[in-house]
Amino acid sequence: MTAMLNIKDLRAYYGQVQALHGLEFALNQGSVTTLLGANGAGKTTTLRAICNMVRSTGAIEFDGAPLAGRSTENIVRLGIAHVPQGRGTFTTMTVEENLQLGAITRKDKAGVVSDIERMYDHFPVLKQRHTQQAGTLSGGEQQMLAVARALMLRPRLMLLDEPSFGLAPLIVRDLFKILGKINREDKVTILVVEQNAQLALELADKAFVIETGRIVMSGSANEIANNEDVRKSYLGY
Amino acid sequence: MELFTNQVLAGIATGAIYACMALAVVMIYQAIDHLNFAQGEMAMFSTFVCWQLMQWGVPYWGAFLITLVFSFAGGIAIERLLFKPLAKAPILTNVAGFIALYAIINSVAGLIWDFTIKQFPTPFGSSPFLGSQLISTHQAGMIGVTLMLLVLLFVFFRFTRMGLAMRAAASLPESARLVGINTSWMIALGWGMAAAIGAIAGMLIAPVVFLEPNMMLGVLIYGFAAAVLGGLTSPLGAVVGGFLVGVFENLVGTYIPGVGNELKLPIALALIVTVLVVNPAGLFGRPIVKRV
Repeated sequence: MTAMLNIKDLRAYYGQVQALHGLEFALNQGSVTTLLGANGAGKTTTLRAICNMVRSTGAIEFDGAPLAGRSTENIVRLGIAHVPQGRGTFTTMTVEENLQLGAITRKDKAGVVSDIERMYDHFPVLKQRHTQQAGTLSGGEQQMLAVARALMLRPRLMLLDEPSFGLAPLIVRDLFKILGKINREDKVTILVVEQNAQLALELADKAFVIETGRIVMSGSANEIANNEDVRKSYLGY
Repeated sequence: MELFTNQVLAGIATGAIYACMALAVVMIYQAIDHLNFAQGEMAMFSTFVCWQLMQWGVPYWGAFLITLVFSFAGGIAIERLLFKPLAKAPILTNVAGFIALYAIINSVAGLIWDFTIKQFPTPFGSSPFLGSQLISTHQAGMIGVTLMLLVLLFVFFRFTRMGLAMRAAASLPESARLVGINTSWMIALGWGMAAAIGAIAGMLIAPVVFLEPNMMLGVLIYGFAAAVLGGLTSPLGAVVGGFLVGVFENLVGTYIPGVGNELKLPIALALIVTVLVVNPAGLFGRPIVKRV
């Protein structure tokens, strides 16, 4: 398997404060990888650095091409979809307009129309509400909309920032099931940041644990799930 | 009664111009969260360009179209050169930028075309509209053009990809970038469109107020009043606000003794203050809630 995303010596800064201290990891094509860590460890910052939404140094390569110097929108156009924390819903627009926006960079009109139908298959609740203002959806529905919007890009890599945040456990299960399906059927590589470590490890092939801006542990999802320290700190048993 | 009808119709006609100015103001406000104090001067400059073209022998509608293209490009150029670098600057820096722009355009127009008033032609003529003494063909033309503009803008924003992208960039820039929208260019495009809409307002009002570098001062203040009344976040509100302000201005000037023409302008300001105190979101605007 070849590395789709390769990150070397990634350092990120918020003003004077350094949030990442030389992160290194790679994502294999077609894999699901999870980044685990406590609040403030730098998980969100890592995702934001990949999309150039925070000042950073180091090398990030996507398919062998460096992302440095590219604007956020240009990175997205390469096929990297980012579902941000807080979902980033266009609340004043309808559900369908949100999906259209996900595909705004695509030129294939027919493909976009059929993809919208596909999203309605994945997430039937969105179909029921397709003319509704997105801001009126519940948290879970908005999270599904955010994932669907990201998929409308037909991404090759999807970055998800705490997709389970604020959702009822049953809805989280559904969401992760769909993510697995997307990974298998559409061959989308996934990098998911999660506090819900158990679910994330069930979905993932590979996992990294990050503490105060450094990777402190890495391995297959199984290894990490069975690691004593991880179990105590993140899985709680 | 005839006086009343007459004043209302005339108010709707000038209101059409206020509506255009308010639309232009709202477009830029949506894009960058600032009021463009130089909107009127930009419109005035565009009108002079149109006048100059006609002096050179270009027919009215040809000059009109060229002026629209010029204004669109000019609006984009102003954004790229002046306001893009100020995007992250504090509010006051932006305000200073707008005032500088105001002063520069005003002086340059005076320098090129001097400050004497000039006649500006109307393409609609000024005979009574449909044989009625209530409203002239030019006034009817102003209303017609504004309504047409409104429909075009509605179609653009509702049904085109570019319109959708512009709305997304204005409402949530970060999410817009995350779906691949170049938000910076969307802002520039907003400036271009605002400048062109302002140019239309300038060219339509010039036959009424005559062409000179300060012709848009009052119009812009009424435009602000209209935008505030309708709600700074709502293009539809801007247009409705424009018509309401036009009618209101005329009725107050006619029926409240002592106001007359001289005190009409403070009425616009009083209206702005009243709306901001009573209902800051305006008639159609969304209340803006910010988490702190």
